[in-house]
Amino acid sequence: MKLSVDIAGVTLKNPVTVASGTFGSGMEYGELVDLNGLGAVTTKGVASVPWEGNPTPRIAETYGGMINAVGLQNPGIDVFCSRDIPYLKQYDTKIIVNVCGKSEREYVEVVERLSGESVDLLEINVSCPNVKEGGIAFGQDPKALAHITEEVKKKAKQPVIMKLSPNVTDITVMAKAAEAAGADALSLINTLTGMKIDIQRRTFAVANKTGGLSGPAIKPVAVRMVYQVAQAVRIPIIGMGGIMRWEDAIEFLMAGASAVAVGTANFHNPYATREIVEGIRAFMEEKGIEDIHEIIGCVK
Amino acid sequence: MSAVKINARVIGQEILATDIYSLVLHAPEIAGQAVAGQFVSVYSGDGARLLPRPISLCGIDAEEGTIRLVYRIAGEGTREFSCLKAGEHVEVMGPLGNGFTLRDKPAILIGGGIGIPPMLQLAGEVKGEKKIVLGYRDEIFLTEEFEACGQVYLASEDGAYGVKGNVLDAIREYGIQGGVIYACGPTPMLRAIQAYAKEQGIEAQISLEEKMACGIGACLACVCRSQEQDPHSHVNNKRICKDGPVFDAGEVVL
Repeated sequence: MKLSVDIAGVTLKNPVTVASGTFGSGMEYGELVDLNGLGAVTTKGVASVPWEGNPTPRIAETYGGMINAVGLQNPGIDVFCSRDIPYLKQYDTKIIVNVCGKSEREYVEVVERLSGESVDLLEINVSCPNVKEGGIAFGQDPKALAHITEEVKKKAKQPVIMKLSPNVTDITVMAKAAEAAGADALSLINTLTGMKIDIQRRTFAVANKTGGLSGPAIKPVAVRMVYQVAQAVRIPIIGMGGIMRWEDAIEFLMAGASAVAVGTANFHNPYATREIVEGIRAFMEEKGIEDIHEIIGCVK
Repeated sequence: MSAVKINARVIGQEILATDIYSLVLHAPEIAGQAVAGQFVSVYSGDGARLLPRPISLCGIDAEEGTIRLVYRIAGEGTREFSCLKAGEHVEVMGPLGNGFTLRDKPAILIGGGIGIPPMLQLAGEVKGEKKIVLGYRDEIFLTEEFEACGQVYLASEDGAYGVKGNVLDAIREYGIQGGVIYACGPTPMLRAIQAYAKEQGIEAQISLEEKMACGIGACLACVCRSQEQDPHSHVNNKRICKDGPVFDAGEVVL
C-alpha cells in the first residue's frame, strides 16, 4: 500500500503534517507522539527577529472551534536554526518551515537565511489575521501576493508553498496569482477572522479583539475552498481547516488536497496525528485502495 | 518524567460549596509522578468543546494511584465534569507544569478562591513550620482539611470567616511571618503578594493561570510577561503551562 505523496518534488511518507502554530517545532508534542510517524512537521511561523506576539488572553473556545490571536510569537530565525532544525533532523520526517514577516524584505531575509539549512519546504505565511503589519496584507491582494511570491522564489533554495487566507472574496483568484508567480504548492486554509464577546465582562474574549477561527466549525468552508482551488490550479495543495479525525482527512484528499495538516485537533487530542495516519491506512485497506493517489481529487 | 493522556475512572465526586466540586480519579500514571503545584488537562466528552480545562491537583495519592481535583464551575466544560459519577471515565493528561519548589524555611501558604485547592497538596508536602492563609469570597471549603495540616488563618470578603478583607489583611492582622511564601489565587492577590514579598525581602513562589489550549508549551496561548528575556521564547514571555504555572514572584510582570 502506498501512502507517500509528492509535494513539489519532496516525498512525504504519508500525507499527514501539522498546521503551523499548533505544534511548535515538535519538541513538546515529540514527548507524546512519534514524529517519525508524520509525513512532515510544519513549524510555527518564524521571522527574522524574535516577536513578542499579542497580549493575553490569546485564545477563546467557541462552539466547535476556537479563536486564537497569538500574534506569531517566535524566537527568531537564529534560534530556530540553531535549536529547532537540529531537533527535527533527529527524526525521519520532512521539515516544512513556516515563514512570517512584516515586510517583503523580512520574509526574504528569513528565506535567504534558510537557504543553507537542510529543511525541505518553505511555507510562506501571507495569511495570518492577527498581526497588524504584513501577514494578511499580502494574502488579500492578488498583486501583492504575486509580488511577494516572486521575491521569495528568487531567493528560495527550497520549494515554496504559499499559505492562503480564506478571508477573501474568491480564493481561486489568489491561488492562480500565486501559481502564476511561481509558487510550487499551496496550503489552505488559514484561519477565518472571527470575534467572541465575553458577555459577563462586556469585553472581547481575546485581547486582540479579533482572532483566527479554527477547528471543526470551519471544515466545510475549508473543504469547499480546497475543492475550488484544486479545480483552478495544477500545483499541489496541502489542505487544512478543522481536521479532527481520519474521515476529515480523507474528505480533504478527495476534494483535491495532496496532503493534509492537522491543527486544532492536536489541542483536543495530542495523539490526533498518529490516529489520523492509522485511520487513513485502515480505510485504504478496507476499501482495497493500493495507492493514496486513487483518492486524491477523486471527487470532481 | 513526562505527561501522559489517559482515560481515567472516576472514583467519586462530591460538592463542597456552591459550584465547587471535588473529583477523585483513578490515574496511577499521573499520581505516580506528580508534585504539588502541577495541574492536569481535563477533556470534555462533547466534541464541540475542543480545549481541555486546566485544573490544579488538590491531592495526589501515589499509593492509591489517585488524583483529586477541586474546581469551580466556570462554564459548560466544568459543568459537564461536575456531572461525572463514580465508575464513569474522563480523559485527562498530566502531570503538567513545574510545581512548587520546596524550601527548608518557615513557610506561608496562601490560597485565594479557586486557587486554594493546590495549596492543600502542598500543605501535606511541606514538613516544617508552616502557616496557612486562605481567602474566600463568602462560602468556605477545604478549611477543615487544611486545619489537619497546620495553623490556618482565614479571610473573607464579608468578614463571616476570619478577617474581613483579603489574605494580605489576614497576614498583617495576625502578624504572620515566614521565610518563603507559596501562593495561588487571582491575579490581583498575586500582584499584592509579589509587592509584599519584595517589601519583606522574602522569596515568593506564585502559581498563575491563563486560558490554555495545548497545555504542554507548544501553542504559546498562555504566556505571561517576564522580567528577563526567557531562554526558550527569546522574548519577555514565559509559558504558564510549561515554564510555570509556578514562578518566582520576581521573574514575572503581573
